[in-house]
Amino acid sequence: MSVKKKFKGLSDKAVGWLFIGPTVLLLLAINIYPLVYAIKMSFTNFYANKIGREPQFVGLKNYIKVLNKEAIWEKMQVTASFMFWTLLLQAIIGLGLALLLNRKFKGNELLTTLIVLPMMLSPAVVGVFWTYLYNPQVGLFNYVVNFFYDLGSFDMIGSSTLAPWAIVIVDTWMWTPFTMLICLAGLRSVPNYLYEAAEVDRASKWQQFIYITLPSVLPFLLLALLFRGIENFKMFDMVVELTSGGPGSATELASINLKREAFEKWKTGYSSAFAVILFVTIFGFGNVYVKVMNKIKER
Amino acid sequence: MKKIMILLFVSLFSFSVNSNAKSITLGWAAWDPANALQELTKEFTAETGIEVNFEFVPWPNFADRMLNELNNKGKTFDLLIGDSQWIGAGAVYGHYVKLNDFFDKEGISMSDFSPATVYAYSTWPKGSENYYALPAMGDALAWAYRKDWFERPELKSEFKKKHGYDLGVPANWNQLYDMCTFFQGREIDGQKRYGAAINTERGSEGITMGVTAAMYAWGMEYENPNKPYDMEGYFNSPQAVEAVEFYRKLYEDCAPPGHSDAYMVANLDAYKSGQVAFQMNWYAFWPGVSKEDSDGRVSGFFANPKQNVAAATLGGQGISVVKYSDKQDLALEYIKWFARPDVQQKWWDLGGYSCHNDVLNSPSFPTSTVYAQGFLDSMGIVKDFWQEPTFVELMLPMQEAIHDYVVNGKGTAKEALDKIIEEWVEVFEADGKL
Repeated sequence: MSVKKKFKGLSDKAVGWLFIGPTVLLLLAINIYPLVYAIKMSFTNFYANKIGREPQFVGLKNYIKVLNKEAIWEKMQVTASFMFWTLLLQAIIGLGLALLLNRKFKGNELLTTLIVLPMMLSPAVVGVFWTYLYNPQVGLFNYVVNFFYDLGSFDMIGSSTLAPWAIVIVDTWMWTPFTMLICLAGLRSVPNYLYEAAEVDRASKWQQFIYITLPSVLPFLLLALLFRGIENFKMFDMVVELTSGGPGSATELASINLKREAFEKWKTGYSSAFAVILFVTIFGFGNVYVKVMNKIKER
Repeated sequence: MKKIMILLFVSLFSFSVNSNAKSITLGWAAWDPANALQELTKEFTAETGIEVNFEFVPWPNFADRMLNELNNKGKTFDLLIGDSQWIGAGAVYGHYVKLNDFFDKEGISMSDFSPATVYAYSTWPKGSENYYALPAMGDALAWAYRKDWFERPELKSEFKKKHGYDLGVPANWNQLYDMCTFFQGREIDGQKRYGAAINTERGSEGITMGVTAAMYAWGMEYENPNKPYDMEGYFNSPQAVEAVEFYRKLYEDCAPPGHSDAYMVANLDAYKSGQVAFQMNWYAFWPGVSKEDSDGRVSGFFANPKQNVAAATLGGQGISVVKYSDKQDLALEYIKWFARPDVQQKWWDLGGYSCHNDVLNSPSFPTSTVYAQGFLDSMGIVKDFWQEPTFVELMLPMQEAIHDYVVNGKGTAKEALDKIIEEWVEVFEADGKL
């Protein structure tokens, strides 16, 4: 029986639902239901490991507890700092690399492929092998730094001052290619005649960059940063493998703390409240960001 | 088509044969003793025809994997060799089968096993006669040292001149510190060496197991012996504070560079690669360390040094039958076999640490290996972390606060211990204990 015959008699709307139905069902089952369940749990004192103990309704107690806990704000601060520096560095370096690779030169394709390699690796694997690179005795990173400037023995992962930078460096190394690729797509979509017209008007290279390149590539860059921002807000695997959130809690991001509260301490109600707060935060920021991005696009 | 049908039939037949075979699954951590147990178990299979499958989980994921399995009432494991601290949760939440009736029926007496191990690995509530496990693997935190370096005349005389006593097994933690600093940064055979590889791991239980080795030796108690869960003035006593400060000093002055998130394997690596003079680790690793002495390396072993009191951090595990198993009868048969004195002797011979009195009290035991006497000494002075059902909730704040102070250098030892008590009070309150 042909597809045409099979769908004969169904309205367009029905066919539409037929296509999106499985996806909607899947989303309801694995996204919406857990979300609603987590919201429900966030108002209880539920502990998933305490078998037979019925959860009791505690109102907003968990939310108040999360928001009043100093340690939570410390984790949020660590997360904010991690996001700020990674996004800033990835924006600058990613755009720089895209500008470089947008030029035609011999070996361009090979260089692009090599630059893109880190983002194809598993974050957990990256975390593990950077622990070796950061090793103060045999690590390549320390060797390279000391080759250019003799700092002596320093421990990137063991020092509370350096460890936050250690995770920023690794994330930047891994994900700058992503920002670069999106920016490169943006650069390649800029029509050449704009530059030709600018040349005729005797605009300098700097002016061409400020008035043509940057405005054209900005929506792409912002989109890349949105994706990276969401990803880094929930960053977990790479940091766990690299520092376990340490030393102490110097690199314990909100997501790592959430996992510890939910699946090690089994404070299900409390951690559900924490997860809802994180969800609202990222959802709110994401919405504002998209609105700003759309306004920039409209200009 | 005919060939395909025959193939299908053969595979279906072999599947049904396999699924009919008597087999059980045993879960434990992936480490040397697990391999020894696998070897030993071949005899059980030969005797009973019961196949034993093993699932060994690497230590960093061991607790997560096993506790998730138990919380989900999983049927993967019939037998579990679980950490001593899990016994409370195993009993209270009904994960483990209570073994009293089985022991009575089979004539297995807990008095045949070392009292410290029965108390630590088998009973809940502590000290009661409710048994949820058979002591399987005795263990405690101890020390290995480079005996070959300690015996070098030039190092011996230099040390004696500097400190006024002989370079040897340290009698207390102050001497341990002297010896560690003596080796720190010293060049031996053209290589730079360091003092000690100690536990500093942040993620699971490493730094807690390490720092408590010092805290117990200083005389720390978790709670008021007359008022359970009253921790103020006990867990954060001046002695406990001093011990934590000492541990930080040991880390800062004696650990090799980059040893900021190290536990069992990292300590072994630092020692085996010739970086350090001492390593802190579990007895379970000593058979391997001793066997692998090479290139002139000679290892010596000693129990945790005393300071104000003689004490050591307890490790080790008991073997339990999982309540959710469909093959409890086969699992119990394994326990019955494992409890036999002759099997326990073979267990020790293969590198496992038997807790059976017949093995431990044998006249030849103290001299059977270079670490046997230390093991005996340690098992008489062991102390364990909370064995409460909420032990993970209790462990995590300690890991964070101690790592923050020792490795990160944040705040004071007193502040770290106060913070831990604050979190523990919250946990006990939520558990209805306070």
